[in-house]
Formats: sequence, structure tokens, C-alpha cells
Amino acid sequence: MGREEPLFQFLLQLGDTTLILGHRVSEWCGHGPVLEEDIALANTALDLIGQTRLWLDLAGEVEGKGRDADALAYLRDAFEFRNLLIAERPNGNFGQTIMRQFLYDAWSVLMLEGLQASTDSRVSDIAGKAGKEVAYHLERSADLCVRLADGTEESHARMQTALNLLWPYTGEMFTSNGSEEELARNGTAPDPAELRDGWLESASRLETEGGLTLPDSGFAHLGGKSGRHSEHLGYILAEMQWLQRAYPGAEW
Amino acid sequence: MNPPDPSVSEIWDLLDQVPDPEIPVISVVDLGIVRAIRWRDGACEVTVTPTYSGCPATSVIETEIERTLRNRGIGKVYLKRQISPPWTTEWLSEKGRRNLERYGIAPPQNAGGPKQCPHCGAVKLELVSQFGSTPCKAQWRCRDCLEPFDYFKCI
Repeated sequence: MGREEPLFQFLLQLGDTTLILGHRVSEWCGHGPVLEEDIALANTALDLIGQTRLWLDLAGEVEGKGRDADALAYLRDAFEFRNLLIAERPNGNFGQTIMRQFLYDAWSVLMLEGLQASTDSRVSDIAGKAGKEVAYHLERSADLCVRLADGTEESHARMQTALNLLWPYTGEMFTSNGSEEELARNGTAPDPAELRDGWLESASRLETEGGLTLPDSGFAHLGGKSGRHSEHLGYILAEMQWLQRAYPGAEW
Repeated sequence: MNPPDPSVSEIWDLLDQVPDPEIPVISVVDLGIVRAIRWRDGACEVTVTPTYSGCPATSVIETEIERTLRNRGIGKVYLKRQISPPWTTEWLSEKGRRNLERYGIAPPQNAGGPKQCPHCGAVKLELVSQFGSTPCKAQWRCRDCLEPFDYFKCI
């Protein structure tokens, strides 16, 4: 493994996660339950895609093979993607989408906070920029989750179902692979396991304010960080990459 | 003969004429995204910090800056994108804040919400949505005049 390889892999994790989640959230464009939420979802997706450009451009720079964000986003196959599995989960209903966003945002805020202290200034610069945007996303996703969970009997039940469905995909956020262990040692990135307590504290709002029950299970689906994905990623890439695959080098 | 190259302060004035493509009542200088201007090896170097990382207006703004400088006869223009320190609404100019309010967009406040309705000045306000027509705005409504309005998010 080259000296830069762990950082390259880690940057792919960050950039692929924002890319795939951003794509998923953008699927709501024109389908939101009300106009304001449609706009909010599109804006959230836009921020995530913007962050993707920063992470993947840096990944390409670190790799040193002349690939930029576009090449990495559009010209890799599913097994080369390093996104967290939670990002590729289908949207489901609106509540499920917002629950996924909250579980992700609550983690992302902490990860970006940790990365702002990175010994690599290229990483801390991006984290400083993205951290502001994600803090705003978290405000909205947390409020909406609490409101829906504490809403009607129907909305409460849907939010509990969404939480139960997504819970097994949260453990991956706190599980290190080889790259992350090395980056934690040299101060480039925080140890993912250390983010869990802060995240649980955020998630506990679902219980204390929303009246939901956090699942009592430590089971975690793993694999995204090493390129072993669910069937859903292939469908996302087929749609997202179609144009660049059919017309290589096409520009907007 | 070409006119002599403008000074740095003349270039600041020049760019203060370049409107934000989505909020044309404020200039890119008012918005605070032009961070530095300097001459280097005969080229004019302009440092730009984007508002939001996914803001689609950023590349339009860069094109407009370059076009404005070229029209002034500057042959070599170098645009540098800088993300750190990250853009903050504290960089909005006082002139920009006044023009926003006159245009019907409430300027950002540290308290996190608009101070008053930009239409009637009332202070009974409610949040409609945390996001609006561009990444930098949220939607609010005045409970006195009942008009909706944009609020420039404070980040």
C-alpha cells in the first residue's frame, strides 16, 4: 500500500457517500410532499453534490493519476465505490428519507468536526466548508424527525418503521477499516469509533422528544467501505453514469 | 494604444459593478466572495470564495468577473478559488445588506432569523421553510402583512 493510498480510500468514502446520498435525495425533485419540502430536498442534494466535488477532486489529486471528480464519479463501477451502505438505501416514503438524512447528518457533523482538526490542511479546509452546510441540514432533519415522530399515530408508526429499517446501516459509520486506523494514528482523521457516543446523544432526541424507541441491536451491515454493496448501487450508477458512458467526455 | 492597467482599487470598483446573477441588487463584492485582488507577473489574480459548495451561480460569477476584466482591457486574468476560511454572511457589505432589504430579502442576523419584515417592518414573523429559491436563502412569512419573503440565511 502506497503512502497516499489510505487517504485516497478515505476521501473516496467521504465523496462517494455524499455523491450517492445526494443522488438519492435528488430523486425527490418534483415529487416532494409539499413545495417547500421539494425545494429543501433539492437544496440539500445540491450541497451534498457540491461537497462531492471537493472530496473527489482532492481524491484525484492524492491518487496522482490525473483523474478528477467527474472521472471518479462517472467512470468507476460499483465495486470501486466506497460509500456507506446507508447512502444507497432506497428513499421509501418521505419520513424514511428524512430519517436516513438525520442519521447521516448527525454522524456527518461529528466527522466533519473531527476533520477540521486534521493534520492535512487540504482535508480540514473542505471540512470547514462542508461542516457549516451539514450543521444546517441537521437542524432541519432533526426537527422534522421529531415533529413526524411526535405527530399523528400514522406518522409516528412510519418513523418507527423507518428507524428500525435503517438502524442496522448506522453501525458502519463507526467501524474502522485499515485505512481509517492508519489515518487516525497520523492525525489525518478521527477514529470513527470515537464518534459513536456523540452520535447516540443526537439520536436520543428521537426517544426523548419524538417518543420513538431506539432499536436494541448492535448488528451492522458492513461492506460499503470495501466496495461490497447492496444491489441498489448498480441501479443508481446505471442512471447516474448513463450519459458519460454513452457519450464519453460529453460536457453540459 | 491600450489604456494603462487599472490599479487594484480600480479593479475593486469595477467588480463592485458585477451583479450577483441570482440577486442582481447586490454585487459580487457586496456578497463578500471576492477575497483578494492583486497583480502578479502581469496577470490580474482574483481570489473567489464560493458561498455554498454546490452553488450553481459560482461558475457564472467567475465567468462574469473574467468578462468584466477583459472588457476593461486586462489580457491576463487568473481566477483562484479558495474555500478556506469558509464564506460567511458576516462578509456581506453594509451597502449589500441595505440593498437586500430594499429588494425584499431580509438580511442575515446573528440571532438566526430575520429582524423584521422587509415589506412592512413588522416583527411578528414565522418560518415557512429552512430552504428557499437559492442555497443561500430561507422562506419566511410576515404575520402582520401576511406576505411571504426571502431571508438570507446566516452562516
